[in-house]
Amino acid sequence: MAKKLYNEPSPLETKVISKRWGLEGSETLDVYLANDGFKAFLKAREMTPEAIIEEVKTSALRGRGGAGFPTGLKWSFVPRTSPKPKYIVVNGDESEPGTCKDRLLIEYDPHNLIEGILIAGLAMDAHKGYIYIRGEYRFVIEKMNKAIAEAYARGYLGKNIAGTGFDFDLYTHSGAGAYECGEETALLDSLEGKRGVPRMKPPFPAVAGAWASPTLLNNVETFASVPAIIRDGGAAYAALGTPKNGGTRLLCLSGHVNKPGVYEIPLGFPMMKAINELGGGMRNGKKLKAVVPGGSSCPILLASECDIAMDYDTVAKAGSMLGSGGMVVLDEDTDMVAVALRIMRFYAHESCGWCIPCREGTTWLRKILQRFNDGGGRHEDIALIGDVAKNMFGRTFCALGDAAAMPTMSIIQKFSHEFEERLAKQGSGLVSING
Amino acid sequence: MLQSYPEGKKRSAVVPMLIYAQDETGAVTAELIEEVAKRCEVTPLQVDEVVGYYSMLHRKPQGKFHVQVCTNISCMLVGGTELYDQACKKLGLGHKQTAADGVFSLEEVECMGACSWAPMVAINYDYHHNVTPEQFDALIEGLKRAQ
Ligand SMILES: Cc1cc2nc3c(=O)[nH]c(=O)nc-3n(C[C@H](O)[C@H](O)[C@H](O)COP(=O)(O)O)c2cc1C
Ligand code: FES
Repeated sequence: MAKKLYNEPSPLETKVISKRWGLEGSETLDVYLANDGFKAFLKAREMTPEAIIEEVKTSALRGRGGAGFPTGLKWSFVPRTSPKPKYIVVNGDESEPGTCKDRLLIEYDPHNLIEGILIAGLAMDAHKGYIYIRGEYRFVIEKMNKAIAEAYARGYLGKNIAGTGFDFDLYTHSGAGAYECGEETALLDSLEGKRGVPRMKPPFPAVAGAWASPTLLNNVETFASVPAIIRDGGAAYAALGTPKNGGTRLLCLSGHVNKPGVYEIPLGFPMMKAINELGGGMRNGKKLKAVVPGGSSCPILLASECDIAMDYDTVAKAGSMLGSGGMVVLDEDTDMVAVALRIMRFYAHESCGWCIPCREGTTWLRKILQRFNDGGGRHEDIALIGDVAKNMFGRTFCALGDAAAMPTMSIIQKFSHEFEERLAKQGSGLVSING
Repeated sequence: MLQSYPEGKKRSAVVPMLIYAQDETGAVTAELIEEVAKRCEVTPLQVDEVVGYYSMLHRKPQGKFHVQVCTNISCMLVGGTELYDQACKKLGLGHKQTAADGVFSLEEVECMGACSWAPMVAINYDYHHNVTPEQFDALIEGLKRAQ
């Protein structure tokens, strides 16, 4: 029996991590067990930690949280023979504008996430895990707690899991509203009960993470991809995508398309096909103007730059990033000054204030963009916005400053004519002299 | 909640404890800070500084129905800004304001993770997706009747 989802699935999808989503009761352990559930864990139990990590390396899985770091490599950095306890931390902060997928992995298939975490536990010799979920997602936290309780009751968490002798405890941890807590070291501070501000690296969390112990931290979707990799083999998973860009990922399509939604696509899926077929084309027959490929922190692409395959390396070559999978589609009528302002309002609001270039940079950019948008723009502001963003880029303590700078620099570079048009409309030039 | 964390790491419970407690008490009060500090074995100051950092923690009570409208990029593109303006008018409130009778409060929020089903509105912890202007009005009217 089929269950109603937030959006209709598409026949163009390749369903690996979302394959159970439409099943009635997909969030229950029984449905999970009846549909390949925990086969991968039992298989992993028979493997050495090295072999598990090797399989993840072979899969060419890359982090789905933003940076796209090779997951197997990250797993190999954790000193698993350390006498200290090791922890698995799951990043479910999901706050990058445009991103709405991790919640679905929990809402529809939480036991798959549990299984991915357990496999990581085997590979790291870790026995405790924390799923950090943004506070706004209370209903998601409740779904996860329910699944965790069910897994404990049925022997898939706790002592001697499924009779294998492996012990693992898993908990959720609620955030309370702070984008910065998605940054991995800020998340760890938040998990420790502090303000979520970034830590100095090194040491990296792999070596000294949660409570100064070795910690493996990945995004929800990254962990959720692991059971299929172990079950069907890393090579089979890798083959779904393109070289060095293994498997499938969830694309969160939003903006001016006819069928926005979360869809699972193989890495390397053509961007224009995502817009025109998966997304059902542009709304109201409008023309495509630009695309934000992977969350609002990514450099924006012009329509003419979008005829590319969506894998990490191709999108990077085009000057942007696949980021968190939040693809925002903008039509010809979109006002880019307003877009630049809205993006900067967000980053200025969310800057944690820890380092000065980010705190001051985002605040001033917001003020200048606000003034510009309100009709008080000056011609020199256009260059100024680009300069401030450029000066902030690469000079902040964590990547939030870059996240604010990248879309801004690209909008100024690619759409300065729209800023000029605003000035012309406002009949300015005069305002700018001493203004 | 305290048992979730490793030995001697009770401080970790500060944020979740604050937010769950706030749901009960309506706001983070000085007494609440004292209590959380005691249970988590930290100083009240260490709790206090956390309260100021997280946007969902607040020292003054919000309305019984806290209306949150997202105007971030995906929502903005499909009517989120207009929906927020409509909410201001309908409720007679501005950003982070609470009505005198305590029934409604309003907040313009950042991305809530519902971008593909935009625009979105959250009432307390309940998400509403693909909200049209008519649905928004009906939602508010329904809450008025329910209360
Ligand atoms: C400001 C900022 C916010 C971030 N927010 C998130 C987030 O909400 N979720 C997430 O998984 N990663 C987020 N990241 C990326 C994490 O720091 C980290 O790279 C990621 O969780 C690692 O997991 P992965 O390798 O599986 O992607 C953020 C990074 C920065 C700089
Ligand atoms: S932009 Fe509104 S929910 Fe993401």
